[in-house]
Amino acid sequence: MKLTGAQALIKSLEMEGVEVMFGLPGGAILPVYDPIIDSPIRHILVRHEQGAGHMAEGYAHVTGRPGVAMVTSGPAATNIVTPLCDAYMDSIPLVVVTGQVPLTSIGSDAFQECDTTGITMSVTKHNWLVTDAQDIPRIVRQAFHIAGTGRPGPVLVDVPKDISNSTMDWHWPTDADLAADLPGYRPTLKGHPRMIKEAARLIAESRRPVIYAGGGILKARAAETLLELVELTGIPVVTTLMARGAFPDTHELCLGMPGMHGNYTAVTSMQKADLLIALGSRFDDRVTGKVGTFAPDAKIIHVDVDPAELGKVRRPDVPIVGDCRLVIEELVKAVQAGGGAPAQPDRSPWMTQLRAWQAQHPLTYEQSYDDGVLKPQFVIEQLRDSTPEDTIVVSGVGQHQMWTSQYWRFAHPYTWVAGPTGWCGPSTATAASR
Amino acid sequence: MAGANEYRHHILSVLVENKAGVLARVAGLFSRRGFNIYSLAVAPTDDPRFSRITIVVDVESKPLEQVTKQLFKLINVVKISELDPAASVERELVLATVQAEAAARGQIIELVQVFEGKIVDVGHDALTVMLAGPPSKIDDFEEIIRGYGIVELQRTGRVALAKLERQAPRLRSVSGKVG
Repeated sequence: MKLTGAQALIKSLEMEGVEVMFGLPGGAILPVYDPIIDSPIRHILVRHEQGAGHMAEGYAHVTGRPGVAMVTSGPAATNIVTPLCDAYMDSIPLVVVTGQVPLTSIGSDAFQECDTTGITMSVTKHNWLVTDAQDIPRIVRQAFHIAGTGRPGPVLVDVPKDISNSTMDWHWPTDADLAADLPGYRPTLKGHPRMIKEAARLIAESRRPVIYAGGGILKARAAETLLELVELTGIPVVTTLMARGAFPDTHELCLGMPGMHGNYTAVTSMQKADLLIALGSRFDDRVTGKVGTFAPDAKIIHVDVDPAELGKVRRPDVPIVGDCRLVIEELVKAVQAGGGAPAQPDRSPWMTQLRAWQAQHPLTYEQSYDDGVLKPQFVIEQLRDSTPEDTIVVSGVGQHQMWTSQYWRFAHPYTWVAGPTGWCGPSTATAASR
Repeated sequence: MAGANEYRHHILSVLVENKAGVLARVAGLFSRRGFNIYSLAVAPTDDPRFSRITIVVDVESKPLEQVTKQLFKLINVVKISELDPAASVERELVLATVQAEAAARGQIIELVQVFEGKIVDVGHDALTVMLAGPPSKIDDFEEIIRGYGIVELQRTGRVALAKLERQAPRLRSVSGKVG
């Protein structure tokens, strides 16, 4: 079957199960917009490319599927750099398609030309400049594969206009084709059995353990498995900004958010812990503060799918490279094999201490004044109490985000959309995009 | 003059896919993470699908571990080996054009012979010489000929491979069973 590059691109997106994409048309990407008319993919038109990127991020975070955005070349490509950087920092799977000037004009400073792959190299997990329409299905498959597996992240496919207009023979690559062409990409998902055994041993010895749950729990769809581990061991949990909702705030073992804007108990529990079980978290500076004095007495079990996170900030006693869900499942088995909670030391003094801190140092704020001026914290609490439990909450970045994280009660995963890049803007569009 | 040999240097041998833009990704990662590349040599391997990049970098070993891990995350990077300078064979090549008036010419030719180099081009008042060898030898040669006046000099950056095991195969198989 003969297709144009543009048709092949849209068909490839369909093959990847894309239902929604966000975008803004323009010169170099126009040919790819034509086949959208006949496609079941719903295209959501934005007013600015940055919005398309952030909406795709919100979509990806809430649904767990890669978000797709499509914009044109030059200034449109540069406008989507901020969402790419945000998604890179937040490990959000994103597939961004950009138009490019014709291959024959590349390097000539043509109208709306920019070095898109060069500019986005440091804010994408990988990117491609398509030089042959025949490669489109393979590159799209690779793009989704790379964006969504291992440590998720954004990828970008730059498509020159003449490639979109040229013809190709349609074919859809097999899994074997995919693997053969990615010799350097083999994410480790299964944790090392010896390390998991060692982690279970540390847990069995610990008197003051804390689970330090990060965004990786959500990325790995591991919230249920985490709950299982917590119920089995009775270990309390702190949830980072990225992990709010990964463990329910309504659970008695949830201590809330740690770090610079965290509550007293969450921060102090980590400082006094003898064991930190870091699951999909990365010892971010907003959590640790001064690294040298962070959790000084704690041994560290660190589970992350990205090997580069292990030892980047704090050297773990037990490093485990792997997908959070798979590793926690194995850890549950290893703890059970060791006799489960009854075989573990008496942690009631630790729990008593935590309860005492919670009672002595709850989050507080001055109440709203009588003159009718409302405190933001009060407003958030009122909103919280008058909306359903599974409401999705979206914030920008800044103080309002911290108040929301502190005063909302996240009972379900994927109900909180907020990221640490420091981007503050039209993220409300994200919620609308759902 | 102190070459890389006087410092604690690390050699990374990076097997990458032989595709456009891969060197930019590798080099960009080094600058982004605040590392300085001391020397760099790139060429396709015997399998044309792959290239080998030999990078010499001066860092402490802990951040090197981080940069190695980050490097490995690049999709086009297939394999990374850190070569211990003590357990690897390193070679580099230098081309140098040296001022060589009639009076000095004989001495320069003699020096090139001592270093087992070659004269590869001859002009009226200059010679271009070539020397391949361990980087320390290149450093020494460069220092010696500097006095005659270097017009131009180009080093390739080093390439390296791990030293071969000298253990007898039989012994190795025994230790394999134990380990």
